[in-house]
Amino acid sequence: MNKIVEKEFFSENVCKIVIDAPEIAKSRKPGNFVIIRLDEKGERIPLTIASSDVEKGTITLVVQRVGVTTAKLLAMESGDTIHDVAGPLGKATHIERVGTVLCAGGGVGVAPLLPIVEGFKKAGNKVVTVLAARTKELVILEEQMREFSDEVIVMTDDGSYGKKGLVTAGMEEVIQREKVNLSVVIGPAIMMKFAALTTKKYNIPTIASLNTIMVDGTGMCGACRVSVGGKTRFVCVDGPEFDAHQVNFDEMLQRLGAYKKEEAEAYERYLKTVQ
Amino acid sequence: MENIAEYLKEERSQPWRDELRKSMKAKERTSIERVHMPEQDPEKRSHNYLEVNLGLTEEQAITESHRCLDCPDPTCISGCPVGINIPKFIKKIEARDYMGAAVVLKETNALPAVCGRVCPQEVQCEASCFYTVKLKKPAIAIGNLERFAADYERNSGNISVPEVAKHNGIKVAVIGSGPAGLAASGDLAKFGYDVTVFEALHEIGGVLKYGIPEYRLPNEVVDVEIENLRKMGVKFHTNFIIGKTATIDDLRKEGYEAFFIGSGAGLPRFMNIPGENHIAVYSSNEYLTRINLMHAADPEYDTPILKGKVAAVIGGGNTAMDSVRTAKRMGAERAILVYRRSEKEMPARLEEVKHAKEEGIEFLTLHNPVEYEADEQGRVNKMRLQKMELGEPDASGRRRPIPIKGSEFDIDVDLVVVAIGVSPNPLIPHSLPDLKMSKWGTIIVDKETMQSSIPDLFAGGDIVRGGATVILAMGDGRKAAAGIHKYIQEKVASK
Ligand SMILES: Cc1cc2nc3c(=O)[nH]c(=O)nc-3n(C[C@H](O)[C@H](O)[C@H](O)COP(=O)(O)OP(=O)(O)OC[C@H]3O[C@@H](n4cnc5c(N)ncnc54)[C@H](O)[C@@H]3O)c2cc1C
Ligand SMILES: Cc1cc2nc3c(=O)[nH]c(=O)nc-3n(C[C@H](O)[C@H](O)[C@H](O)COP(=O)(O)OP(=O)(O)OC[C@H]3O[C@@H](n4cnc5c(N)ncnc54)[C@H](O)[C@@H]3O)c2cc1C
Ligand code: SF4
Ligand code: FES
Repeated sequence: MNKIVEKEFFSENVCKIVIDAPEIAKSRKPGNFVIIRLDEKGERIPLTIASSDVEKGTITLVVQRVGVTTAKLLAMESGDTIHDVAGPLGKATHIERVGTVLCAGGGVGVAPLLPIVEGFKKAGNKVVTVLAARTKELVILEEQMREFSDEVIVMTDDGSYGKKGLVTAGMEEVIQREKVNLSVVIGPAIMMKFAALTTKKYNIPTIASLNTIMVDGTGMCGACRVSVGGKTRFVCVDGPEFDAHQVNFDEMLQRLGAYKKEEAEAYERYLKTVQ
Repeated sequence: MENIAEYLKEERSQPWRDELRKSMKAKERTSIERVHMPEQDPEKRSHNYLEVNLGLTEEQAITESHRCLDCPDPTCISGCPVGINIPKFIKKIEARDYMGAAVVLKETNALPAVCGRVCPQEVQCEASCFYTVKLKKPAIAIGNLERFAADYERNSGNISVPEVAKHNGIKVAVIGSGPAGLAASGDLAKFGYDVTVFEALHEIGGVLKYGIPEYRLPNEVVDVEIENLRKMGVKFHTNFIIGKTATIDDLRKEGYEAFFIGSGAGLPRFMNIPGENHIAVYSSNEYLTRINLMHAADPEYDTPILKGKVAAVIGGGNTAMDSVRTAKRMGAERAILVYRRSEKEMPARLEEVKHAKEEGIEFLTLHNPVEYEADEQGRVNKMRLQKMELGEPDASGRRRPIPIKGSEFDIDVDLVVVAIGVSPNPLIPHSLPDLKMSKWGTIIVDKETMQSSIPDLFAGGDIVRGGATVILAMGDGRKAAAGIHKYIQEKVASK
């Protein structure tokens, strides 16, 4: 049982949630995630640890509402308890000094990107961050990103804020302007696919953090498997970060849609219960 | 060994046993037919999750107990991995002292209600029974009687909580809550230790909960055992992944003096054939976990599961049998078991094979999948099979399956479960670089004490044996508890 101690909406569908989890706060590293289950009948879902406070014994999650579990979580209040929080899971990001790091985050991928941006900056790199969103209201964590980035470029699909265009346009701008030694991309699978294609053109080593469907998060079930370089890997224990140029994003995109029908029906049912 | 034989002899010569033996002629005993375990009707049960075996009635148990000859040299005991005093508990049943029978079982077996249901008796005690070996008759139904006595005790509401020695305040950590961890924690608590069990999942029980289905082992049976451990003072810490949430070293700093690792063999194997990552191709672990641990079949629960009209399950072990019978219960019109050897080589319990057949499972033996195809959405819709034949015996002693070239053909399937085995869970070994491991990824231990290459670290169950059995895991846990007790006593004495 873990208590929610703080909750703040970044936009209509994205919320910061601070949870009491002292052991995880102590042992987590950038790139790690937790698996949570809201109640006895809930599903286990993975969420990245955006930051932690060892003193207070808390971890911070940034959650986007996409379906039943995330909707239920966003409807919970400070003081409510989450039945299960397990972690930290996954391999930590391999952070070292490489020179210039181009970080690109789309949608809710911006949250997991934050500790990585922070890590690379603290390791002495120049960090250029590209944040992408559909429209102005959906741009999140810009301020926090600025704190740890040498430069932040905001891209919106509709041009309502920052520059108009997709994340890849922002990335190309940087790549053409200066030498980039490493790129980190996190976001929807489709965005990571195109971001990886972009950096591949310029032969820039690129890491993607994959958000496959998971159950246990400890390597026990294989729900999270993806093909990387033609080999099957488990995202929860071998990842979540992989060489983006080796990931079979098409397969991953398909697998993410495995329960589309069931999820849509469940969401319908859920909406009826809250109305 | 000497003294065990003597002990058994002494027990056997007690007046009550003598009397019982004399109460009926051996000839009469051997002429009784083996009782048949009452079962749910196959058609009905293939649509529900209730237990298939209904348990012997009291009358049946007594009849069956009369068959046992209380042999002077009870060969059955040597077939039991933990050496249960089998004739003694059976004679307690004959004497209608069912609670006494349960006590005998618990001298050596921490989980008799579980083992009575899931042990492969036909290759263990029942294979060594005098009836099987000498009389060439059906063995005493030792497993069924074990279950009877254990269930009797549980249902009596008077389940005995073992006596616990005075608390010594010494902290011991048990990692993993499968049968190995549960058995270890029970014995450690009896010795007086302050025992905490750390479990990665949100449920206690390991494979007993997430793997073996309700229709074979109801959760309630396991929960009673866990409740008992709680009463003995064992603490349970779920959602705690050793090597991640905290390391062994962190726990040492918190004052834990010794560790038992019973983290199991939870890593699913795949065949690495084309199309294996299509949607609706599950590992057996994922398929069974979604249904057993996450209750995906119950619409009240949030976790989804894909259903298939034609389900194919690959493998021939208990896991494959559990998966294919579950697929049938999930509504598959055809549930097919695909196994590369013949039925004779199947490692599954005999009873499961029999039950599966009664439930209408199709057996496609001497076949192996080589590729899967999918529809536009990426969901599996075809399986290419290759026919196999049996060659010379391999290292396992079973005849090696050899593919027949050019024998490939396709069948339409919309659900596949791969149940070809598991590997040891590497999470803990990875976090302990000094730990000596075998090339199969199992932890190397001393066979008697279960101590690993790191002195305060003991291990047992599937993490030491690879995929094995509940009874062996349970036995290991108990051995390790004794090993830990000795280790700590010596440490304390040398201080
Ligand atoms: C390592 C990792 C880190 C993640 N970090 C974050 C994060 O920091 N913030 C955030 O908002 N989201 C994160 N996600 C995604 C998040 O887990 C899913 O959005 C969430 O599970 C959706 O559940 P739902 O019931 O609300 O929606 P559903 O209606 O169930 O699903 C919506 C979509 O989410 C995906 N999804 C569904 N179930 C799961 C599952 N059990 N595990 C993973 N994905 C699933 C599917 O693609 C699905 O189409 C992360 C995923 C992974 C694997
Ligand atoms: C579907 C299925 C059916 C089976 N049927 C039978 C049968 O009929 N008869 C039979 O005898 N055997 C059967 N078996 C095999 C038997 O269940 C196992 O041999 C036995 O459970 C092994 O026990 P264990 O305690 O070693 O491990 P497990 O039961 O696997 O338990 C290990 C536990 O450790 C936890 N864990 C792992 N890593 C960590 C960590 N780092 N930190 C904390 N916790 C951790 C896991 O989550 C798990 O709960 C079956 C197995 C399966 C999968
Ligand atoms: S070998 Fe068979 S008949 Fe003899 S004591 Fe054991 S169970 Fe009874
Ligand atoms: S989530 Fe189960 S193996 Fe990765």
